[in-house]
Amino acid sequence: MSANILTVDDSASLRMTTRLALSGAGYAVTEAVDGLDGLEKAKTRRFDAILTDINMPRMDGLRMIEELRRLPNQLGVPIVFLTTESDPEMKARAKAAGATAWLTKPFDAAQLLKVMSKVLTK
Amino acid sequence: MSALDPVEIFRVEAAELLEQIEQGLLDLDQRLDDREQIDSVFRGLHTLKGSGAMFGFDALAAFTHHCETAFDQVRKGHAPATRELVAAVLAARDHMRALVEDPSGDYAGQETALLSQLHAAIQVGAIQVGATQAGATRVDAPQAGAKPQATPEPPPATADTAARQWRIRFALPPNAMVNGVNPLAYLDELRELGACEVSIDDSAVPPLDQLDPTALHLQWTVRLETEHGRSEIEDVFLFVVDDMVLEIDEMGAWPLEALSPAPAPVESKAEAPATPQQAAAQPTSPKTAAPQAAATPPKTARRSVESVRVPADRLDELMDRVGELVIAQSRLSQIAAAGLNEELRAVSEEIENLSNELRGTMMVLRMVPVGTLFERFRRLAHDLQRETGKQIELVTEGESTEMDKTVIERLADPLVHIIRNSADHGLETPEERQAAGKPPAGRITLAARQSGGEVIISVSDDGRGIDCARVRAKAEANGLVAPGQVLSEKEALHMIFQPGFSTAAKVTNLSGRGVGMDVVKKTIESLRGAIDVESWPGEGSEIGLRIPLTLAIIDGLLVRVGGARYVIPLAAVEECLELSLEDDAKSRGRSLLSLRGSLVPFLRLREIFQTGSPPDPHQKVVVVATGAERVGLVVDQIIGDHQTVIKSMSKLHEDVETFSGATILGDGSVALILDIVNLVAVRQDQEAQMRAIA
Repeated sequence: MSANILTVDDSASLRMTTRLALSGAGYAVTEAVDGLDGLEKAKTRRFDAILTDINMPRMDGLRMIEELRRLPNQLGVPIVFLTTESDPEMKARAKAAGATAWLTKPFDAAQLLKVMSKVLTK
Repeated sequence: MSALDPVEIFRVEAAELLEQIEQGLLDLDQRLDDREQIDSVFRGLHTLKGSGAMFGFDALAAFTHHCETAFDQVRKGHAPATRELVAAVLAARDHMRALVEDPSGDYAGQETALLSQLHAAIQVGAIQVGATQAGATRVDAPQAGAKPQATPEPPPATADTAARQWRIRFALPPNAMVNGVNPLAYLDELRELGACEVSIDDSAVPPLDQLDPTALHLQWTVRLETEHGRSEIEDVFLFVVDDMVLEIDEMGAWPLEALSPAPAPVESKAEAPATPQQAAAQPTSPKTAAPQAAATPPKTARRSVESVRVPADRLDELMDRVGELVIAQSRLSQIAAAGLNEELRAVSEEIENLSNELRGTMMVLRMVPVGTLFERFRRLAHDLQRETGKQIELVTEGESTEMDKTVIERLADPLVHIIRNSADHGLETPEERQAAGKPPAGRITLAARQSGGEVIISVSDDGRGIDCARVRAKAEANGLVAPGQVLSEKEALHMIFQPGFSTAAKVTNLSGRGVGMDVVKKTIESLRGAIDVESWPGEGSEIGLRIPLTLAIIDGLLVRVGGARYVIPLAAVEECLELSLEDDAKSRGRSLLSLRGSLVPFLRLREIFQTGSPPDPHQKVVVVATGAERVGLVVDQIIGDHQTVIKSMSKLHEDVETFSGATILGDGSVALILDIVNLVAVRQDQEAQMRAIA
């Protein structure tokens, strides 16, 4: 069974790009438009991995990661966050919130898939 | 394709973002301290930059980066939001729209003006930090559009030609697994780099009552052989390297040939525009590497020697020698004890101690945990489940119990038969089980424990139990029991061990071929073991095996009956009593002994062995346990304990049931070893026949 990945991004174009790359590699993709939407979707089921942007309206990625880690069904789920800021501060904050890994924008499909395969349990 | 073209979607999205940015800026112009609008504008700029870079709008991303940085300062409180700033970003926003619509235009002059306006606006409010921040912004600029992943430095020429050994020690933060980090994935990634030898350090694992099951307490040490460099190894830990303990030490180098098939470095290097130093180094390095290769010891030499594999027959040979030594030693002891030579006695005692230790060590060498045997039955249970359509749960207990390897090997087939029987005859179908109020999955428990010189292995199930009436009917049908013959429940149950017995109404693939349990019994007895069966109707049944720890040497109790000496396995002996002539006279005819309130039947070995000589005035009773029963054996004299090296009987005497073997005593004479279980069984048969005649 293919891994199911939740992508959380307020940018439709980015959601589409990631969906094309991930579904092309055989992953099943569920999309959420912001942190709140992502959190709601994660409450209903366990995903194999979550890919999220940080800066989003309504609920940002950091807050969503913190909330996700409080959900018993999301313990240990790899969470990858997207960042354009290469500053260590954002990485540190996201990891303190419970993120697993990051992907620096801009990225191409190969970089995305490499990170996903790195965090997904084989 | 247009509906699915991300670039087109981006253009639409960018227009929306630019609209959001414009509205936010206009609102902000009204209320400069409106945090919500500051955040909204920042987010819009951030997304525009990020998405722009994703879809090839590099100029847009680079330009937007400056505005985003400026608004980040405001957002973090490093600079105030001013009307000048709003105006500057509004102007910049119009330029961004142009960059979205026509990314290839030449806007260099325009951009410079807009950026200086932006920097001026942000510096007005942030005199102290602003200057450095703005400077930093300029330095940052080229990065925004550039691909983020810098290409790693090409490794030095020599690094390519040889695999190196690394020692990597890593410990992850305790919350790593909660946060989605899988340590096994790191090990897998390291294995992709090269051959790994992984060891785990669990010393930090707290006691169970303090253990947080979600926390990670383990550390790993990995020996990795790879031609990759340090940076590739560090890359494995990319996402955790800041929070973890990671030590990477290089251990040494040896040539690549053994690990990687096609070296071919020279040509490719020559074509590549290598640095002069690298190019100059080329012709020599492969040649110099080769002699080093010969000098480097093979990798096996580096491994610490933890175990040595020895063919089993060499162990058997050694065991034989130890056995002979024990015999020779006991002769020596006897000679020394008979004489008055103190020095000889001292040496004799020393040799006795040494040979005892040697024997102990030898025993341990042959011992393996019974768990190695139990593991095989998981697959059997799995297959049985498929074949029978029953749900089977196999539970194992006492896997660490150790036994002689030879014994364990010979137990495999009997246990397969027993487990098959349990699954086939004992366990019910899930429907039957549920009707009886049991869980649908039947449980077969395979347990081992050591008890004195024996290991007790039991196979129990929670099935329907063994139907004594059916067993009896079947035995009668097969002519094993005369119709009307009185059988106790236990005797009836033991019919399953009779040759040619089978109760399965339908002969299945698994059992019911009628060769199972009698073969099992024979095998167990050939190991000097005993087999027993118990059944609880509706609740299950249990087959118990008692197997001596080893086949080669046992501790025995040496006794005398008439003029001959015999060995009783010490493991079976419970106690020794004196049987006075009065008691003997009183009990005559009943052959029962009162032992602390319970009656114990006893056998007069003098009678069984027909010694013909008058009994000693002080006969002894050796009380032995056979299975669940206790039986007394009347002997003339108890000589003492004796380390018995078992010699098998000759072919001629193979079917003498009452003896399991013979041993050579210190004076060179032979003593027979009593097979207690068979001795008692034979005697009971004889008595039953006597009763039948009477």
